[in-house]
Amino acid sequence: MTSTPVKVSIRKLEKAFGDNQVLRGVNLDVAKGQSLVVIGGSGTGKSVLIKCLLGLLKADEGVIEIDGVNIARQTGGDRRLMARQSGMLFQSSALFDSLNVWENVAFRLIYAEKKSRKHAREKAIDCLAQVGLAPEVGDLAPAELSGGMQKRVGLARAIASDPEILFFDEPTTGLDPIMADIINNLIVERVKALGATTISITHDMASARKIADEIAMLYQGHIIWRGKPDEVENSGNPMVDQFVHGRAEGPIQMQVRRDFVSKK
Amino acid sequence: MNVAAATGRLTLDAIGEIGRIANFAARGGTAWFLGPFYWRAFGGALARIGYASLPVVGLTAIFTGAALALNIYEGALFNVEAFLPQILGVSIVRELGPVLAALMVAGRCSSAMAAEIGTMRVTEQIDALSTLSVDPFKYLIAPRILATTLALPLLVLIADIIGVYGGYLVSVYALGFEPTHYVTNLVDFLSVDDVTSGLLKAAVFGFLISVMGCYYGYKSRGGAGGVGSATRTAVVAAAVSVLASNYLMTSLLVEV
Ligand SMILES: Nc1ncnc2c1ncn2[C@@H]1O[C@H](COP(=O)(O)OP(=O)(O)OP(=O)(O)O)[C@@H](O)[C@H]1O
Ligand SMILES: [Mg+2]
Repeated sequence: MTSTPVKVSIRKLEKAFGDNQVLRGVNLDVAKGQSLVVIGGSGTGKSVLIKCLLGLLKADEGVIEIDGVNIARQTGGDRRLMARQSGMLFQSSALFDSLNVWENVAFRLIYAEKKSRKHAREKAIDCLAQVGLAPEVGDLAPAELSGGMQKRVGLARAIASDPEILFFDEPTTGLDPIMADIINNLIVERVKALGATTISITHDMASARKIADEIAMLYQGHIIWRGKPDEVENSGNPMVDQFVHGRAEGPIQMQVRRDFVSKK
Repeated sequence: MNVAAATGRLTLDAIGEIGRIANFAARGGTAWFLGPFYWRAFGGALARIGYASLPVVGLTAIFTGAALALNIYEGALFNVEAFLPQILGVSIVRELGPVLAALMVAGRCSSAMAAEIGTMRVTEQIDALSTLSVDPFKYLIAPRILATTLALPLLVLIADIIGVYGGYLVSVYALGFEPTHYVTNLVDFLSVDDVTSGLLKAAVFGFLISVMGCYYGYKSRGGAGGVGSATRTAVVAAAVSVLASNYLMTSLLVEV
């Protein structure tokens, strides 16, 4: 494929919750500096995949290598060391509501890297500017912001300590199309500037096309297709086709009780 | 279902839960000493738990002391002016001060802790902490446990003083006791052991209350409903563990 070194390599990753086998052997490579977008229906395990990569969930089986080091079995301190080089934008933003905006953005600098509050604040204001937010926003509480602004603060927090790997969980969900596009642009721009490797998950095909170097589709616990954004329209894969064009009819059967729905 | 089997399962469940709580308490209790130290989080917890509990603990103490004085007066057959301060002092310092203050703090703080931490859990803020290289046990759990364990003895000390003062007010102004008699009878009779045993209990209560609040918050799942039931369980568990451990410790302390 490419000659750039592999940053993240996933082999035969499995994760189950009781009887619910969510990931059934995921294989995936992401080259350094590349942006991979994982698409897939609701409940296929996209968030679970990312949480395994971040160490928030423990994988049952398989290997996750970052820079050639298997982290799937690491816990505690080693794991946090690895977390130090990654940033995550949560689907719900997950801002700390007991802290104001700039403390959120500077959180890692203050609490993990033990930088002075003054220095951390300057860096936070700088990061806020990078995502198009004025310095005054830094003194507001997260609850005082709109959803789109919260997403931007989440993005600023994720990039604040110049991570090598960035994870985005549905960065545009719940935003209006204009704000979604602004967030997409910010992601592309910031990732270019940082030279970071990114793994994003989304339902939003417009967003996927915009931020992806490559797209992979997760279905029934496996990666069933992988390709360039311009190939996704004509993938020749019926599952991908159905997803991309958003059709209810096709090989993917959603768990919907149609009889029940139509009666209502 | 078979009654024996159901009882067995309940017992096993209970033992499992106690084991998980003990494990959680050990992790939370030791996390602080391994550093890094989050002094700001600790200071915030101390202010919320200790300082902000003063009014409610003080009110509880003064009314209890006052009511207790009336009860003892009513029940005493002879030499009430000597007995009343003694019985009242011992009751408050050894038993009522620690237990009532702990129950008030349990109601106020274990619920608040469970709600705060539970909300952070269901809104992925705890996951966010980990991704920002901060151990939730060090940042969220340990400061609260330490703050409550330190604050409760101080609160109890204040409750003791205010409770005894409540008794004094009733004795002197309603029952017409000689003020100096009240004080000398009380001071002569109370031993240092009485006070320290109460404070020791208070520290244990503080530990238990914060562990219950943090544990049920930390493991809450599934949105507002989950946080609601975590809060409820935390308060009940905190209150019951205060009362149960109080009996246990009293029986040990009375022996020696
Ligand atoms: N902590 C958990 N405990 C039990 N089951 C879980 C847990 N997290 C996820 N699951 C299950 O794993 C499956 C995949 O969930 P996941 O959140 O990864 O879906 P998703 O692909 O991100 O969906 P969406 O696009 O709707 O966010 C679901 O069936 C869900 O019920
Ligand atoms: Mg998801």
